[in-house]
Amino acid sequence: MRFVDEYRDPTAARALVAQITELAGDEHFKFMEVCGGHTHTIYRHGIEHVLPDSVELVHGPGCPVCVIPMGRVDDAIAVAEVPGVIFTSFGDMMRVPGSNGNLLQAKAEGADVRFVYSPLDALKIALENPDRAVVFFAVGFETTAPSTALTLLQAKAKGVKNFTVFSNHVTIVPPLRAILESPDLRLNGFLGPGHVSTVVGQRPYRFVPAEYGLPLVTAGFEPLDILHAISMLLQQISEGRCEVENQYSRVVREEGNPRALAILAEVFELRPHFEWRGLGFISQSGLALRPEFAAFDAERRYEIPGVRVADPKACQCGEVLKGVIKPWECKVFGTACTPETPIGTCMVSSEGACAAYYNFGRMHREAAVTLGRRSTVRT
Amino acid sequence: MCLGIPGQLRQISESNEHLARVDVSGVTRIINIGLLEDEDLKPGDWVLIHVGFAMSKIDEEEAALALASLQLMGQAYDDELEAFWSSAIASERST
Repeated sequence: MRFVDEYRDPTAARALVAQITELAGDEHFKFMEVCGGHTHTIYRHGIEHVLPDSVELVHGPGCPVCVIPMGRVDDAIAVAEVPGVIFTSFGDMMRVPGSNGNLLQAKAEGADVRFVYSPLDALKIALENPDRAVVFFAVGFETTAPSTALTLLQAKAKGVKNFTVFSNHVTIVPPLRAILESPDLRLNGFLGPGHVSTVVGQRPYRFVPAEYGLPLVTAGFEPLDILHAISMLLQQISEGRCEVENQYSRVVREEGNPRALAILAEVFELRPHFEWRGLGFISQSGLALRPEFAAFDAERRYEIPGVRVADPKACQCGEVLKGVIKPWECKVFGTACTPETPIGTCMVSSEGACAAYYNFGRMHREAAVTLGRRSTVRT
Repeated sequence: MCLGIPGQLRQISESNEHLARVDVSGVTRIINIGLLEDEDLKPGDWVLIHVGFAMSKIDEEEAALALASLQLMGQAYDDELEAFWSSAIASERST
């Protein structure tokens, strides 16, 4: 474990925290981590508790399960219930609530819903069941979209007739812009996503410093990566710089993965607009299949209800996804909404801010509340 | 789904250059390496695997880090690995 110890070294962490504290000084800084993987690391390792009060982290929309609106889940269930269809989905999506139940419940009620690990598994099911229509429920950012694209290229090359994709793929840059345009949030910079950036590279983020005057540092997933990236952000600010920097250069390259980007462009095109849970409609943010792949497009093959469903009133996923409130500030957090019985998407995925907070952050908060109460009693 | 699993390349398929046998936590499975076509992958190289596809070439150090992080995730990692093992493509023979 020699490598791992280096990235979890308490001495190095303390040194970074001291540096962060000094750089932040008396000011208050708000940074958004865009990626759900980062949110998980932050809670898993209690990073919020070692940071000085002057640095606040807000959790962004980078969890693909969390941003799927209820109406799209309803659409998925409607397709799954078409007689003869085998509906395939990643496990993460099975428990995401629609307005009237989730995919697991649809399966219990007789729909042939199958959980797959990869879009290639879905294609294999199609090849093995030539008399059935197989639909793949595609979700995810640029991390998973190239896999769907390559699967579609294979399906086309093989002339498969019974395989379609219900695309809910989204891109990372438009929601960043939407957040930057949001009047209720004032940020000082971003921790850029890790795995998505292995595909898109660093260039797409240049608009953040260029148009909004904010720094962005792409970060790795180790606790020290996060602390290092925060200190890089503060360093930029203190030196009056404002750039896209790469803390995760051991994996992320400036140009990303050109091959994956080329395959994405070959198979997908941008939708005029796509609805995001909590963020509303964002233009040019969703990926649809190009007309050349129409035969593989579930949205062309099946009747999609396409009804827009408002989030449950009690659910504040939207505010959590924009970083306006902390997960535990939501009215139903940990009471009506838990990982076992999620109301909102942020509580479903292990990378959702609410689930991460519920699993790892809750104890700290309860301890803090108790300690606060005790000190009040004493004074 | 968003978790990247580190695997070490053992063998690239002779019949299909997009398929490779990888070692993930001591078990070998087949993955698709088509997205890393330009990387000139060789046996012994480490890759980060997302949904059955090698998404990025990484070094041994990064692989160890990724693995340790995943193990800390507990249930989420167990679920991801279980899904990976159960994957139909993963159990295919490479040649």
